[in-house]
Amino acid sequence: MTHDDIPAIAVRGLRKRYGDVQAVDGVTFEVGRGEFFGILGPNGAGKTTTLEIVEGLREPDEGGVTLLGEPSWPRKPELLRRIGVQLQASAFFDKLTAREQIHTFAALYGVPPERADAMLEVVGLTEKRDVRDDKLSGGQAQRLSIACALVHDPELVFLDEPTTGLDPQARRNLWDLLREINSSGRTVVLTTHYLDEAEVLCDRVAIMDKGSILKEGAPADLVAEAGVRTLEDVFLQLTGREYRG
Amino acid sequence: MSPGAFRALSRAMLKGLLRDRTAVFFTILFPIMFLALFGLLFQDTAGARVTVVEVGDVAVLDDMPQEQLAALSDALTIERSADRAQALEDVRNGDVDAVVWEDDGRVELRISMADAARAGTAQGLMQSIVQTANVAATGQDPAHTLVTDRVEDESVKPIQFLTPGLLGYAVATGAAYSSAFTLVTWRKKRILRRLWLAPVSPGAVVGARVGVSLAVAFVQVAIFIGVAALPVYGLQLSGNWWLTLPLVACGTLAFMSIGLLIGALVGSEEAANGALQSVVLPMAFLAGSFFPTEMMPGWLRAVSNILPLKHLNEAVMDVLTRDGGWGDALPVMGGLLLFTAVLTAIAARFFRWDNA
Repeated sequence: MTHDDIPAIAVRGLRKRYGDVQAVDGVTFEVGRGEFFGILGPNGAGKTTTLEIVEGLREPDEGGVTLLGEPSWPRKPELLRRIGVQLQASAFFDKLTAREQIHTFAALYGVPPERADAMLEVVGLTEKRDVRDDKLSGGQAQRLSIACALVHDPELVFLDEPTTGLDPQARRNLWDLLREINSSGRTVVLTTHYLDEAEVLCDRVAIMDKGSILKEGAPADLVAEAGVRTLEDVFLQLTGREYRG
Repeated sequence: MSPGAFRALSRAMLKGLLRDRTAVFFTILFPIMFLALFGLLFQDTAGARVTVVEVGDVAVLDDMPQEQLAALSDALTIERSADRAQALEDVRNGDVDAVVWEDDGRVELRISMADAARAGTAQGLMQSIVQTANVAATGQDPAHTLVTDRVEDESVKPIQFLTPGLLGYAVATGAAYSSAFTLVTWRKKRILRRLWLAPVSPGAVVGARVGVSLAVAFVQVAIFIGVAALPVYGLQLSGNWWLTLPLVACGTLAFMSIGLLIGALVGSEEAANGALQSVVLPMAFLAGSFFPTEMMPGWLRAVSNILPLKHLNEAVMDVLTRDGGWGDALPVMGGLLLFTAVLTAIAARFFRWDNA
C-alpha cells in the first residue's frame, strides 16, 4: 500500500457515554488525503466529543480512530508532529506578543524561529508581531491561532470554528487562507456553525445530530438530493428548527 | 523531555509573570512591605523606658558618676525644667513619667499611677539612685553588691522571627497562586489541550512551571535576606543559613500542590483567588508568619501543626538565625515532600481538561 492509499482519517464505530448521556453513538467516516472535510451539527450534537476522540484527547468506549495510518489513542508524540490543531483563538499564553506566541509553539515542535516568522508573514501578521494577543482584533487572533497550528507544516489540520465572531470581510479573508492551506496538499477538517462557509469550502461534509452522522457527502450532492436551495436548508430539514442548548 | 520545549515554556511563563504587575506586586513587593513595616514597628518593643523631669537642682542626680549615668541611659531619660507646676501637669497628662525635685535634702518624687509599670520603674530607679548616694555618703564600701551582665538573647529580636515568617508567607503566596492560576487559565483558554496535542512531554510542562516557581522563590529569599540584613533591621545570619534554600524549595512544592488542588476544584480565576485567599492567609496567621504562635491556645496550636507553612517557618528560623543544621532541616523537608505527594495525588483525581 502506498503512502497515498492510507486515508488521512479513518473512524469506525465510535461510541462514548457520559453518565446517562450517549454523546457519540456509532460514528463512522473516512477522510481522504488532501480533502477539505466539514463536521456540522447543532449544539450538543456530539461534534466536539467526536472531534476530541479523533484528535486523541479522549479514549472512546468503543471503536477506534487512525490518523495517517496510526491510532490516535494512546497519545504518540511522533503522530502529533504530523498533526496541527487550532482549538480556539484564545488558546494563547498570557501576556505574550504575537511573535512570542508563535515562537513558543515553534519551539514545542522543534521548529526554527525563522520558520515561525515566515508563518506570521503567510497569515499577514508581520506588522502585528509585537502586539500582545489580547490587543489583536478577532480576525488577527484567529489568523495567529491558525499560524500557530501550521507552524510545523502538518499533513493534517483540525480547525475548530475558526471564523466565529468575525466580520464578513475578515471571514472572506480567512476563507482565502483556508483554501491556500488546503491547496498546498494538506488535509483539513473544519467544524463550523456557518453553513455557507461549509458549502463554499468543504469537499465533503458530515451532518451530525444526537451522537450520530445523519448525512454525509459533497454539499452540492446533498442539496440536489434534498431538492432544496442551500446546505442550510438541508441542515434544517435534517435537524429540525427547535432551539438547541 | 525535550530541552527546547522546556526552555520555551519556561521563557513564556517567566515573561508572562514579569509582565503581570499584580502578580509581581503580591509575590514580591507586598510581603517585603510587611517586612519593612513590621521590622520598624516592632523594633522599639523594649518599651519600659521612663522619662523623669528634674526641677531645679537634685544633688543625687547631678552628682551621679558618669558611668552610672551611662548605665541608666537605656532605661531613664532625664529632662530639666524650672517650672514645677508645668512638670506636674505633664505627669498628669502622661507626657512624662515622673517629676523629681529636692527640698532640704529630701528628694521628692511625683508619679502617676495611670501606667503602673512605668511608675514602678521610675520609682525603683530613683530609689536605687538615692540609696547608692546614701551608701556613698557614709564613705564605707557597700555591704552587698549586685553584679549584672547581659545575656545575648538574639532569638527575641523581632526581625529574627519576622524574616522567616514573612518569607514563608511570601513563598506560600507566590507558589500557590502560580500553580492554581496556571491550571485555571490554561484550562479555560484551552492551552492545556493545545499542549497535550503537541509533541511535548507532560514532564516538560510541569518541569517548566516548577522551575519558574522555584526561581521566583529563590529571588524572594535573596530579597528578604537582603532587606532584613540592612543595618536598620540588623538580621544576623547563622552558619547554615543556606539550608534555607532546600527548605524553601520543598516548601514551594508543597504550596504549589495546594494551588494545584484549588485549581483542579474551581472553575474561574475569581473563584481561585477567593479560595487561595481563604487558605493562604489563615495558614499564614496560624503558622506564625506575622506573630509568634506562643500566645495561641493549645488546641489552635495543635491544628496549626498540620500546616506545611508552620513547619517551614520554624525550620527556616532554626537554620537562618538559630545555628540549626541538617538535623532541623531534613525531617521538615521530608514532611513537605510527603504533603506535596498526597495533595498532588488528590488534585490528579479532580483534574479536568475543560470547564464544561
